Amino acid sequence: MRTFIRQLRPALVALAVFTVLLGVVYPMLTTLIGQVAFGDKADGSLVRRDGQVVGSELIGQSFTSPQYFHSRPSAAGTGYDGAASSGSNLGPLSPDFLAAVDERVAEYRAVNGLSDDVLVPVDAVTASSSGLDPHISVANARLQAARVARVRGLEVDVVLALVGEHTDGRTFGLLGEPGVNVLMLNLALDDLSAAG
Amino acid sequence: MSWQNIVQFILLAGLLAVTVPALGRYIAMVFGSRDDGSAPGDRVFGPVERFVYRVLGVDPEREQRWNVYAASLMAFSLMSVLVLYTLLRTQSLLPFNPTDRESLSPTGAFNTAISFVTNTNWQWYSGELSMSHLSQMLGLAVQNFVSAAVGLAIAIALIRGITRAGSRTLGNFWVDLTRGVLRILLPLSLVAAVVLMSQGVVQNLNGNTTATTVDKVVLDDGTEIVEQQIPGGPVASQEAIKELGTNGGGYYNANSSHPFESSNGFTNFFELYMLLLIPLSLVVTFGTLVRDKRQSRLLLAVMAGILIAFAGFTALVEQNGNPRLADAQVDQSLSVTQSGGNMEGKEVRFGAASCGVFAASTTGTSTGAVNCMHDSFTPIGGMAPMLHMMLGEISPGGVGVGLSGVLIMALLSVFIAGLMVGRTPEYLGKKIQAAEMKLVTLYILAMPFALLTFAATAVVLSSATTFQEGPHGLSEVLYNYASSANNNGSAFAYQGTGTQWYTVSQGISMLMGRFFTIIPVLAIGGSLAAKPKVPATSGTMPTHNPLFGFLLVGVIAIVAGLTFFPALALGPILEHLSL
Repeated sequence: MRTFIRQLRPALVALAVFTVLLGVVYPMLTTLIGQVAFGDKADGSLVRRDGQVVGSELIGQSFTSPQYFHSRPSAAGTGYDGAASSGSNLGPLSPDFLAAVDERVAEYRAVNGLSDDVLVPVDAVTASSSGLDPHISVANARLQAARVARVRGLEVDVVLALVGEHTDGRTFGLLGEPGVNVLMLNLALDDLSAAG
Repeated sequence: MSWQNIVQFILLAGLLAVTVPALGRYIAMVFGSRDDGSAPGDRVFGPVERFVYRVLGVDPEREQRWNVYAASLMAFSLMSVLVLYTLLRTQSLLPFNPTDRESLSPTGAFNTAISFVTNTNWQWYSGELSMSHLSQMLGLAVQNFVSAAVGLAIAIALIRGITRAGSRTLGNFWVDLTRGVLRILLPLSLVAAVVLMSQGVVQNLNGNTTATTVDKVVLDDGTEIVEQQIPGGPVASQEAIKELGTNGGGYYNANSSHPFESSNGFTNFFELYMLLLIPLSLVVTFGTLVRDKRQSRLLLAVMAGILIAFAGFTALVEQNGNPRLADAQVDQSLSVTQSGGNMEGKEVRFGAASCGVFAASTTGTSTGAVNCMHDSFTPIGGMAPMLHMMLGEISPGGVGVGLSGVLIMALLSVFIAGLMVGRTPEYLGKKIQAAEMKLVTLYILAMPFALLTFAATAVVLSSATTFQEGPHGLSEVLYNYASSANNNGSAFAYQGTGTQWYTVSQGISMLMGRFFTIIPVLAIGGSLAAKPKVPATSGTMPTHNPLFGFLLVGVIAIVAGLTFFPALALGPILEHLSL
């Protein structure tokens, strides 16, 4: 026990030294580097329209109006709550989960005017891990394109071309999976409609 | 799986194959592999270290016996828990709290303080809803570093026990701790943080930024949502050490699936690489320090074999999807326009297959970072990371504790082989006798005890039924205590674990899983250091050939299988059979 007590002083001092180094100097130095070298990214890749912050390129948003592409279901707060990231964490056989999927399949078909034999892309009816997934699959976007084009009075091809432009590919063509950035796509659609 | 998935995993293996030996040899030099004790960077780090030793009032030349080494480690951990507890209990009164977070409750702070000091980084709370920036930086990030450095020290002390003969000491804890932080963890983290920031991982001291959302959303209850809060924080600096130190505690609730912690396919790949890097490198360090590369190659092969088996299995199962979703006319197939698979609790930019690899790596390294929600995995997809934790920390285990874990299993293996052929077991020239085997037994019993006793109590306590119905609920309880007892930190997160019962019982389970294994390891190191080296003879069983590799895998599998199969049968296996 005396051995242990003798070690308490260096223990406390070591913790103090490391707290200054690792808890103050290190994060502050990193923040400095980040703010100087990657300012916008370090601040959250914010997207502005007419000078107003409308979101982040990396964080998904809820869309329900027919003229927009719709994001995936979200379990973050009431949906895409940036201050409460979360998955549903429901088990694969959870009755709540399976009921929600059935409901989402029916709604997805109704909203997009799809017949009952069209299979629904899995990302369109499942909640993401963060609840803030900025992407939907290309398959999901293509099934929504006709509806968006119709409501906006655009050619489907024009909308599909925009989908292509806002598809983030794999890094180096290898890492990760491609996805359509819903917020950036919808902003581009608004720009197009405003210009037209 | 797509061909890109497969190339991605080969690329990861290749990158590790190139960098692990180099880092392993560097770590060996930091801990004295050169005859003159010098190491690269002495001119930079030397003066800083001498300054630290002077402030600490320790003589770096004075080595400690195993019990003094352990006492230093325990004193440091105790102080860490006390200081972190105080910080969490008072954060509402302290600065750098832009989102006005309340102080934690007594049991909540108890759990979190233990969680970060034991390198578990279990989180019963949601980061963005509970922690101030100050608590994250000054409390949690600091423990991310030093708890990993403590693990490093344990491995080095055990290696010294094996390499020395007739020695009474194992080194100096304060020296090992300081060198581990300054020469290994800090430089790597700084580089990694810059790489992460370049990809969009945030690093600022802002509170939430309010964005005016593009579409006005009306909820079913009539509330209109026209704003979104975009969180801030010094995330990249913490993310780097979270992976490198096999900690795993996310800045945000969604951990490495949050776009601000991992923004794209590259960061996902990079974080996978980081969490595997040091545990694997330490095996090379071991081979360098014992001057027998064949030993480290065998251990690496065993670790990699187990890890790849779990990664491949989980990736395939999750990519195959959930049969119940197929019944609901959901398309889970892989095609050029979607990656498919069981996407509940997964991000589009990562895909289902990469989640399987991440899940295997995070449980194999006892990191606990997640890039998707394990609770929503298919039944056997979720069983894989659970079982991987239950194997103990061996494939490749957390920083330092993983290497010592696999060495303990190696001692058990030579002992069992010795019994079979009737010889005194030896490992690397050290006779393994009753004293060591008693300690090995203690080590092996600690984790299942800390897991099963609490899990069994939780399922019969009426106040603890915060889990889902049916066999999945048992899976949740098992997974979450496996996570705390193995100092992992990942979760089947549906289960509410912020209650008094869970915060306290999991806190105790984390303490047991950490210190009831560390103390026996140091004691074994002390006992081995004192022994003379016996020269290898024709009767010595080699511990570097495939035969020993299979024996080691067999022993690991049998110990875990005998302990956990009944529980797994009633949880994930039953759930799978009812698909």
